[in-house]
Amino acid sequence: MLVKDVLPTKTKQAETLTKLSGSQMILTALMEEGVSTIFGYPGGAIMPLYDALYDFNDHLNHILVRHEQGAVHAAQGYARASGLTGIVFATSGPGATNLVTGLADAQIDSTPIVCITGQVYAHLLGTDAFQETDVINITAPVTKWNYQVTDAKEIPEALAKAFYIARSGRPGPVLIDITKNAQLQIEEFSPYKKCHHIRSYRPSPKVRIEPIQQAAELINQAKKPFVLFGQGVILGKAEQEFRSFIEKTGIPSAWTILGDSAIPTDHPLNVGMLGMHGNYGPNVLTNQCDVLIAIGMRFDDRVTGRLDKYAKQAKIIHMDIDPAEIDKNVKADIGIWGDCKETLPLLSELVKPNSHQEWLQLFADHDKEERQTVIHQELNPQSGEITMGEVIRNLNELTGGDAIIVTDVGQHQMVACRYAKFNSSRSNITSGGLGTMGFCLPAAIGAKFGAPERTVVGIVGDGGFQMTLQELGTIMQSKVDVKIVILNNRFLGMVRQWQQLFNDKRYSSVNIESPDFVALAKAYRIDGQLVEDRNNLNEALKTMLDNKGSYLLEILVGKENNVFPMVPQGCSVSEIRLK
Amino acid sequence: MSDININQNTSLFSKEDDGSETKQEYTFTVYSENRIGILSRIAIIFSKRKINIESLNTSPSEIEGIHRFNIVIQETGEVVKKLARQIEKQVEVLKVYYSTNDQIIWQELALYKVPTDVIAEKVEVERLLHQFGATAVVIRKDYTVFSVTGHKEETDRLVTALEPYSLIEFVRSARVAIIKNSRGFHEKLKEFEALEPGEEVIENEFLNKGDDVFTM
Repeated sequence: MLVKDVLPTKTKQAETLTKLSGSQMILTALMEEGVSTIFGYPGGAIMPLYDALYDFNDHLNHILVRHEQGAVHAAQGYARASGLTGIVFATSGPGATNLVTGLADAQIDSTPIVCITGQVYAHLLGTDAFQETDVINITAPVTKWNYQVTDAKEIPEALAKAFYIARSGRPGPVLIDITKNAQLQIEEFSPYKKCHHIRSYRPSPKVRIEPIQQAAELINQAKKPFVLFGQGVILGKAEQEFRSFIEKTGIPSAWTILGDSAIPTDHPLNVGMLGMHGNYGPNVLTNQCDVLIAIGMRFDDRVTGRLDKYAKQAKIIHMDIDPAEIDKNVKADIGIWGDCKETLPLLSELVKPNSHQEWLQLFADHDKEERQTVIHQELNPQSGEITMGEVIRNLNELTGGDAIIVTDVGQHQMVACRYAKFNSSRSNITSGGLGTMGFCLPAAIGAKFGAPERTVVGIVGDGGFQMTLQELGTIMQSKVDVKIVILNNRFLGMVRQWQQLFNDKRYSSVNIESPDFVALAKAYRIDGQLVEDRNNLNEALKTMLDNKGSYLLEILVGKENNVFPMVPQGCSVSEIRLK
Repeated sequence: MSDININQNTSLFSKEDDGSETKQEYTFTVYSENRIGILSRIAIIFSKRKINIESLNTSPSEIEGIHRFNIVIQETGEVVKKLARQIEKQVEVLKVYYSTNDQIIWQELALYKVPTDVIAEKVEVERLLHQFGATAVVIRKDYTVFSVTGHKEETDRLVTALEPYSLIEFVRSARVAIIKNSRGFHEKLKEFEALEPGEEVIENEFLNKGDDVFTM
């Protein structure tokens, strides 16, 4: 698609393509970067861009959200499902400040997004003009990079840099703030040039072989090696390289919730989830392994528990593309700085084939214990209220593990991550680092646009759903096929669980009332039903999945169920509680 | 002296204890692009961790278009190393070094405004100024401004000494520091690239060749 085919005839004839407005340059840049979908919300300072968009409507699909936070989360869902860069448009002032939560979420979870915000006229900057806000400074700590454009001549370069920075190295959100005059300004058109190099920016280093050799030596001598993998494997598109590495070495591998789905759930070396509500074996055996190989993960406190009692017996190999992560929380004996797409094959070449049968058996033993104590009852209750776990089990059976599961934050998130079955990468989309309630609904919308051929199921709590439920309007208007499962326990369940366990059951502001969710969906012309009885659960899920178009399923689950196992805050991973 | 100790040939990711559990004065030397907003991005890295910046200087470097910051804080070596990596992560930052006081030469400039008649009348004031190596910058009928260059302790001592003699105004600049075994930014970068995992020679080749690179 050539840009000249898109531009209005008037421009073509009158100027024979020699001049473009700043807004046209922005849209040209997006097309050159391969953008097809934009999530946004118009407003005064970004009107020129929306005016230009009118002529690009056949080529750029703009999804009108209901709140700018929804736009960023949708762009995140889009990026996470597709591996592409998510795009957001928002206006100045409140439009821009509404992006902050999503930017912070994308920053901590390394999601590539480019936000374009309108800004007041350059001559009004600093005058406290209508809808003026200092978006550059407000968003500095929550963006990988940001830049204010006041002159249209800067637009092509600024956008080229934005795309390059957002998706290279450790990805992250970038915000470009463009004053209204720059959007309107007419300038000479010059062919768009993609950015491939910025002298002050090293997205990934030239990989050094020495630490990889040292790591291979350690791994070859190890009796109880253990791999922890995070989203770095997915972001580096290194799933195959990762699989080859663990399959050659036979090392048991556990995931952070953002690394989930990088290898299939039923892979024999996939030993489960790390962290506070992770699996029993991976947590306990972290403190028994002799070599810990961390790949594309950052030792978040929810993964490590108490640091001074974390894997002290082990030699630690840390592979990451971001040098600031190495030694940040856990001191590495060997740090391998680089893109794991490059470093993993080098490491695989140097390691000896192995199979750690006895060591793997230890994981299996722990798994057996966890199944008996926790999992069996959670997934197969015979009586009482519906459990979150059995909803996920039923869903697994119906989708076969092929759906994208988007979760919000809280108990349902932990249960979904623990029990959802995944066959392919980029299937688990959740707010990990920031823990943003309200993430699910807009992110699920974005995920569906990012992977239209896949089934997208959003699993959300009654609390989180009410934080961004206005995006039902987006679903209605864009006719996007998203299945929504509300696991309603009539509580802000995770906080309630903590209050029960650590605050003597003093339930403070966790009792949350909800509207009739099914009626609410209906108001947005979305089909749905309420499930209260276990006997209807499977059929209702089936109806939802078979429904043409989006569907909302509200499921009443146990009011005071807790998520176990649990590593209580301030405890070591080996002190994980099964009940 | 930096996040990479070249003399001892230890790696960037060495687990060795750098003997830095106790807080002491560290000076960062940051090389960055000269762009609006980078100061704020660097400052945020400190304030996010509730670390006070004791002194901050920004100036051009020996390479055109590349800015240089000197930032002084009190912290442990461990924290300083992490801060350096966070600063270096900023897109516009080229390189960050950090040094203890014995690894750098540094100076601060202080100005003192004193009533001229006091100097004229009191011999001991004149002697003091001599003793501290003060130079007169401006002499007017009503006041005289002296400057002293040195370390904080020295310039502070003169403040104390001048206080009884109606010192009108005092100001001291931020620290400017030069790393003792640095041979300039070009050379330093090459050393890094020769020894460190982050080598990307292409970056060095492009340095200071504005037209060949993607700069805004």
